Order: sequence, then structure tokens, then C-alpha cells
Amino acid sequence: MVDRTGTPLVELRDISIAFGGIKAVDHVTVDLYPGEVVGLLGHNGAGKSTLIKCLSGAYQKDSGQILINGQEVEIKDPRDARSQNIETIYQTLALADNVDAASNLFLGRELVNKWGFLDDSRMEAETRKIMGRLNPNFKKFNVPVSALSGGQRQSVAIARAVYFNAKILIMDEPTAALGPHETQMVAELIQELKAQGLGIFLIEHDIHNVMKLCDRASVMKNGQLVGTVDVKEVTDDDILGMIILGKKPAHLAA
Amino acid sequence: MTDTSNPPSPQGNPIGRFVRATEIDQGLLGRIGALLLIWLGFHLYGAIFLDQGLFLTPRNLWNLSVQTAYIGIMATGMVLIIIMREIDLSIGSIMGFVGVVMGLMQVDWLVPILGLGHPLIWIITVVAGLLMGALIGAFQGVLIAYLAIPSFIVTLGGLLVWRGAAFVSSGSTIAPLDDTFVLFGGAGPFAAMGTTGSWIIAVLACAAVIWITLVGRNARSKHGFAPRPVWAESFVAGFACLVILGAAAVVNAYNWAPGNLKIYFEKLGEPVPEGAEFGHGFAYPLLIMVVIVVAMTVLMNRTRFGRYVFAIGGNPEAAALSGINTQAMKVKVFALMGALAGLAAIVGSARQNSATNAMGVFDELYVIAAAVIGGTSLAGGVGTIYGAIIGALVLSSLQTGMVLIGFGDGSYQRMVTGVALVLAVYLDIVYRKRIK
Repeated sequence: MVDRTGTPLVELRDISIAFGGIKAVDHVTVDLYPGEVVGLLGHNGAGKSTLIKCLSGAYQKDSGQILINGQEVEIKDPRDARSQNIETIYQTLALADNVDAASNLFLGRELVNKWGFLDDSRMEAETRKIMGRLNPNFKKFNVPVSALSGGQRQSVAIARAVYFNAKILIMDEPTAALGPHETQMVAELIQELKAQGLGIFLIEHDIHNVMKLCDRASVMKNGQLVGTVDVKEVTDDDILGMIILGKKPAHLAA
Repeated sequence: MTDTSNPPSPQGNPIGRFVRATEIDQGLLGRIGALLLIWLGFHLYGAIFLDQGLFLTPRNLWNLSVQTAYIGIMATGMVLIIIMREIDLSIGSIMGFVGVVMGLMQVDWLVPILGLGHPLIWIITVVAGLLMGALIGAFQGVLIAYLAIPSFIVTLGGLLVWRGAAFVSSGSTIAPLDDTFVLFGGAGPFAAMGTTGSWIIAVLACAAVIWITLVGRNARSKHGFAPRPVWAESFVAGFACLVILGAAAVVNAYNWAPGNLKIYFEKLGEPVPEGAEFGHGFAYPLLIMVVIVVAMTVLMNRTRFGRYVFAIGGNPEAAALSGINTQAMKVKVFALMGALAGLAAIVGSARQNSATNAMGVFDELYVIAAAVIGGTSLAGGVGTIYGAIIGALVLSSLQTGMVLIGFGDGSYQRMVTGVALVLAVYLDIVYRKRIK
């Protein structure tokens, strides 16, 4: 059971963001505790990814507050997010296809030697270490990631998020491109990270994955928050109802 | 951690095994092969139809090195621009404008203040030329990065603006230039290293090659990666040393013309000794280009800056999400390109011993062609500095070769260059399909 008595790891309070007059996110409040997985659900265009990009620094909120461990923080760009130990696995993976796995893993945070030059050997060695843990079958270290399969690319993106000791992890449909075996590996990884005390926002369409992996689920529709429910207290149908109808189920609506 | 990288598989034909073990870029081999074919073709054509092969002579190869230099210098910068999915059409005009201003500076502005031949003249001029190029490039970069105007448009505008500015600045040719400044151009024997200096440089370069090879082996073994086979690394290093020493031998074998010997000994106040022979050695512009090539290669492969250029070209969005300031990167790369155009203006005007407002016309296109022939992909993300130099060599070889076999008319040169460009890219496409 997740302990929700202390200060939340992350609080997104009353976040709004609009693009050209269209309210993509409209006064949404969600929170996340250490060791917890919160699923973000909703139709395409409901505003899940946009909301989460305010936290990862890809977008800037128009209004609202972001609190990390109870402290309000400004996240103006991805570098700010990284310095708050927020790591993101984007749906598009955000890999530079023309460079190898190590270059992607360390992109923006390269290891350098004492003269300030890239230390490629050390970066490759570190990449081999973490990939040995996440995906032991991974062998293609010296080719551009464009030459990798979908699952291999996904594991590079995951390795990048995990390597830098994230405290807050954002996963945008991490299993969408994966086969059953790899999906299982991601599920195990999420359990492991949870046990280490990370908080994870998980954007997910597959309702079974949500029921299996998440502690709470926040449902969005048309940019607004429909509600946040404890996954243990609801059924698949309750959540589907929230997604489709945009209403909390009657027995929880109190 | 004793995990080894995939050892080269023992299967395959000997050539394939050789290429894999040495990790030589196969595209590079193809380009060098094409270059040698061009050289041999022109030489044999001359030998068969004109009774003398003039291409593979020390004199021509030395001139080739000088001609390639300023295109090569700019091509190294164009590689970065194209890797980042941008283009710069303005560099020929920047060359013209910066060249004219530098000409005015050393002839009209600084001489009255400092006196003819003052050493500060060339220093101030060179620094000003590089700075002007960098500032113009940075200005265009700001328009591209922060105002989001496509680089094609900004630099097309720049092509017109800076050429016009060159004409406004001076309607006539400015000559002669400062005596020291002229040495940057490699016009004549005084703008070269001489034989002893060239041998020293060649030996130092060989030592550097061996040192780099050893350092590379150390770095790999420190992290437990399988080192490349000793024979493969020895072969590559040995071959590189052979090329360097061979180049030194060639440029040293090109002797001074008797007239220049006379000038030289007149200055010393001595008669020309019997049988005196001086070799040229490496021309200064060639050495400048080599320094630029080494620096740009290090920049691209060993620094964060270079890594970010590649990443932005591969996936601009991913680069931004990784915290890379892609806009600032663009400004820096365009500034660097501008500075290189300034350097090319120094070399170009020094070579002509004059500054003209027409200098650099069409050069942006030759520079882009050199980068593309050298394997830089217009789709972005892919390209090498050494490839661009080979591309520049191919272009200047075609030009000089055409002159040597009697098609010196500029129109034929352009036609051949155009065909070569399209053919080179086509061959590259065929090659890439085959290795897939």
C-alpha cells in the first residue's frame, strides 16, 4: 500500500495551458507520492501528454503551480526538469536516430575527460552496464539507433530515464510499440522502480495494464480532470465509464 | 566488466574482413578510389593524346593543394550546417565582402596610420576578417534560429546583400596587398614551408598519428572492450604515415622557378649559386586547411558541441528535449561558418594579391557540392569533415584537369563539375542501397 500521509512527491496544482485559444489543459490538479504509480488516462487529445509535458519542461504552463516535495518550482525547459530529477520517456522515444545508444543515453549530459573532451569509451561502458541490467539481449552498441528494433529503441529510451537516478519518472505509453515479452519486462521494471521509492506518472491506453500497474488513475477528458480514483476501489468498467462519459462512477461520486 | 564488443566475424571474403577489422569507412575508400581514377584519367589522357601527362607532377599537385584549400576550409563548416538540416548560400558573398573590406583596410586605412609593411597591418586585417565573417554568420544565425526564418531564405538574402555590399564598398580591384598578408595565399614559393620545414612537419604528423592510435587502444582496453587487431591498426597508421611522407616528398620535389631563385638571392645580395635548387614544400594555405580539418574533426567527434550538431540533425525535437539549446547551437554553427568564410577570404585574396568585389562568386555552390560529394546527407544528421575535403579535392581536380588537357574554358569546367556532382550523389545512393 502506498503511504499518502506525507508530502506528495509531485503536485500539479490547477494547471492550465492553451494553444491558440484552445484549452488543452484546463485547471487540472493531480499529485503523486513516492513509490506510487499514477495512471493518466483519457482519449487521444484529452490533454494527458500536454499536462505531463509541463512537468517535463517541453511546454510551459500558462497558469498553476508545480510543487516538488512541497516546494514550488519553476520548470522552464527540459534542463530544469532534469535538475529536479524528473526523467521522461516520451511516446516518440525522442532518440537521435543517427547516433548510437551511448550517445543517446548521455545526450545533453555527456561524460567528459579532464580536458573536456567526450569520453566515449566510458559512456559505452556505462551503457553496457545499464543495458545488461535492463535488456541483457541488447548487443548493438556501435550502430546508430535507427538500426535497432522498436523494443531495443524503447529500452534505450528507458535506460536513459533510469540511469540518472530519477526520483520522478514520466512514461508516455511505454509499451505501445512492444511485444508481450518486452511489455512484461517493462512491467517488472516499473515494479522494481516503485519499490525503490520512485514516483511514476504512467500514460497508458490499455486498461488492463492500468489495473495491473497503477495505484491510482487520473482520468482526463477535453482538457479537464474527470477525477482521480484508487484503482483497488474500482473496476475496469468504472474507469472506462470515466474515460467515455467523462463522469465519476456513481458509487464514488460522493 | 569483461564484456567484449562483437568481434569481427571470421567469415566473408578477405577484403570484407580487412575493411571490418580496420573499421575504415567504406564510403571513404570509394571516394579516394574515384579521386585516384580522376587523377590517373587526366594524366593518361595527357600522356596519350598530348604527348605529356601533366597531372601527376609535383608542380600540378602542389597547385592543386593550394586551389583546394579555400574551398576545403569552407566545406568543413558547410558539413556542420548541412548536418543540422540547414544550408548557407551566402558564404561566397561573405567572402567577397570581407575580402574587399580587408583589402581597403590594409591598403587604404592602415598604411597611412602604421606605415607600409608594418607587421600589425596583416595581424589586424586577419583578425578583422575572421571577426567580420563570424559576426555576419552569427547575425544570419539569429534570424534563422530565433525568428524562425528558413536558412535557405536568410542566406539567399545574404548572398544578394553581401555581394551588393562588396560592390558598394569598392568599385575597383584593390591591389597590391600587404606583403606578409599575401603569404596566406600560397601564391609562389615564398608562401610555402620549404623542404626542411616540410619534412619536420611530416615527421611530427606521423608521430601524432601513432600517438593517437596508441591512445585509442588504451582507452578501449581500459574499459575491457576488445581492441582492434594489432595488424589492422598498424596498417591504418602505417598507411597514413606513408601518405603524409609521400605528400611531403611530392611538394618538396617541386622546385622553385629560376626567376624566384634570382629574386631570393638578390635580396640576400648574393649571386645565384651554381646548381641551386629549392623545393617548395607545403604551401601555407594547405597547412591552414589541415589545421582547420584537424580542429573541426576534433570538434565534431570529441566534443559536446559536435555531438549536439549530430543530434540536432538526427532529431531536432529529441535534442531540445534532452536539454540542448538548439537555437544557440544554430547561431554558433552559422557564426563558425561565417568565420571560415572570412578565413577563405583571407586565403583567396592573398592568393590573388588583390581584393575584388567578384571574389567568391559561385563558391557557395562549389562548397555545398564538395560537402555533398564527400557524403554529407542533405537530409541531415550524416556527414564527415574528411569526406568534404575529398569532395573539394575532386572538384578542384576536375577543374585543373580540364585546364591541363586543354578544356580550360570555364563553361566546360562547369558542365563537368555539374555532371560529377549528380553522378557522385547517384553512386552514393546506389552504394547505400546495397549495404542495407
